[in-house]
Amino acid sequence: MSAPAGLPRLLAGVGAGMESSAGHQRRHGPLPTLSTTGLIEVVERSGLRGRGGADFPTAAKLRAVAARRKVSAVVVNGSETEPASRKDVTLLEHVPHLVLDGAILCAHTVQADSVFVRMSARAGAAIDSVETAIAERAAGETPIALVVGPDGYVGGEETAVIHQLESGIAKPTYTPPRPYEKGYRNRPTLIQNAETLAQIALIARYGPAWYRQLGTDEDPGSTLLTVSGAVAKPGVYELSFGTPLHQLIDAVGGPSEPLQAVLVGGYFGNWLSIEDAWHTRLARESLREHGASLGAGVLVALPARASGLAECARIASYLADQSAGQCGPCIHGLRAIADGVQELADGTASAGTLERVRRWCGEVDGRGACHHPNGAARFVLSSLRVFSHELAAGEPASRRRRQAV
Amino acid sequence: MKIAVNPIACEGHGMCVELLPELIRLDDWGYPVIELERVPRRLDGLARRAADVCPTLALLLVEE
Amino acid sequence: MTAFALTLGPTWYWYFTRGTGIVALLLLTAVMVLGILGPLRVSSPRWPRFAVETLHRDLSLLAILLIIAHVVTTVLDGYAPIGLINAIIPFDSPYRTLWLGLGTVAFDLMLALVITSLLRRRIGHGSWRFIHWLAYASWPIAVLHGIGTGSDAAAWWFVAITAVCVLAVAGAGMIRVGRAIGLAGGWRTTAVIATIAIPVGAVIFTIVGPLAPRWAARAGTPSNLMDQK
Repeated sequence: MSAPAGLPRLLAGVGAGMESSAGHQRRHGPLPTLSTTGLIEVVERSGLRGRGGADFPTAAKLRAVAARRKVSAVVVNGSETEPASRKDVTLLEHVPHLVLDGAILCAHTVQADSVFVRMSARAGAAIDSVETAIAERAAGETPIALVVGPDGYVGGEETAVIHQLESGIAKPTYTPPRPYEKGYRNRPTLIQNAETLAQIALIARYGPAWYRQLGTDEDPGSTLLTVSGAVAKPGVYELSFGTPLHQLIDAVGGPSEPLQAVLVGGYFGNWLSIEDAWHTRLARESLREHGASLGAGVLVALPARASGLAECARIASYLADQSAGQCGPCIHGLRAIADGVQELADGTASAGTLERVRRWCGEVDGRGACHHPNGAARFVLSSLRVFSHELAAGEPASRRRRQAV
Repeated sequence: MKIAVNPIACEGHGMCVELLPELIRLDDWGYPVIELERVPRRLDGLARRAADVCPTLALLLVEE
Repeated sequence: MTAFALTLGPTWYWYFTRGTGIVALLLLTAVMVLGILGPLRVSSPRWPRFAVETLHRDLSLLAILLIIAHVVTTVLDGYAPIGLINAIIPFDSPYRTLWLGLGTVAFDLMLALVITSLLRRRIGHGSWRFIHWLAYASWPIAVLHGIGTGSDAAAWWFVAITAVCVLAVAGAGMIRVGRAIGLAGGWRTTAVIATIAIPVGAVIFTIVGPLAPRWAARAGTPSNLMDQK
């Protein structure tokens, strides 16, 4: 066992039997033992932040749950319902024991009764991998149960995961209270993204100083990214924070054709024009300058010959269909927005459509029980900004060849 | 006292807007938009009445 | 209590209980119509939604009060063997056992409706809504009770009042079903059948029941009271 030097870290040893407990321990050694405060301290010193999209400081979350009594469960959020993301499924398939180690370490820290791993049906082979790994866990560890739920987009939201565990309905619930206060069985629950837990498992073994060897002071460590679209080698990659985006594009084999923009953060994310993207780094500050954030580490490259508005219309319609259907503003608003964007993309929009769509985006923001309408609105507004030249040109997207991203 | 809407419970009956037009308006689809969260003292009684009359208990009062 | 009643004579209580019963029926019919049409967002400038909703709730409380008066005066009147217990436990009185018992059932259901509504915040909207559907059972049961128990059931004015009430609720029900608010397929069919079946059933029942000869005996009036009818 030795601390990975440079990259890969999470994906270290993949292809050399990391799926099995024996292979995993050969590479990373046995599960370390830390005091309940010990884990929180090393995670805090490492500066780890959540990898599920919210980017919340992990130590703070651990501390909030550990402070409460009768914690019911640690939930591994491996639902990964974002269509353009595959990093969690990759981890769960190839290094399941790393993720489970992280979950068990957290379970000890917050004194949870059980661990649940929530995956989606589309995870395919990864489900078998996790099942096998669970069976290999040492007896006497906190019991782990695998729960496979639907693929629906909103099912990955924290309260939806808890709701699904309890009743089988993968729809968000009204907050407050949040899961760390009242979650599974109405008791405090720690729910973490699968990659976050894998990072915790590494930090617990190799220490915060090792973790900070990569990345920057503000954004330490490495992160998994799912890169797709017009690149030569789309897939899941592990990179250091702070890496310039153009270097990232090179690492994935370069563009497969000339690019016009990059979607950062998935379907809830923001577009960066390729000119802006070239000078941006994988770091919060750098991305924030362009109003973007990494989200769950999703990047999609849009080729120049495609229509950004057509792509926006397709995704907006998907997001509208994926509404849980519980809140009026989301049900009606997202559909109205999607239809409006489709008209703008087709060139059949009337004079007030653009203004109406912008107004609706502002109006649905924050008015659902979860962040679904917020993310959709943010995505559409970003599209209208970055692809405004398509609006001015008045050229219907149907006349351009559309690239399925 | 502040008002909030539970958007899952809300079915857009609109009684809250009738009683508190100073604080709430309806969006294009008949659902409440809270323009002013904090209830002025003089509207306290109406706010309580609005929370009570809501058929789905979607209008919430948050005491501070 | 019985001595007091005999001193006053049965007439005062008997008129009062019949009167409160009939007015309660009218109020409950209004409550039902408002409750059925409410979710259809009926309102006007002079009757905003919150006013319609408040009227629905206030009329139901008034109806409960009248029914309590109806029950108490029935018990106080010694004419028929009906005790206070029969207000809660159905089918226990020898007087027109079935038809009186239906009144008790309707009253029990109404108590459940009112109490759960007053405790709405405690029990949450889901549980409240589930119990509130019992309203669709309690009203027809109350109507049947009125037709079967009431001594005036054969009188033209009583038949007319009952007919108006039944038509009002059936009409409201058809409008509601027509707008198909929140009704899943199977329930929709049930509602359509019910809105037609209940008025038709009430008519048939009235014809073969109170309007046909010797109804008092067939309804179960104790024989010792029979010749006084």
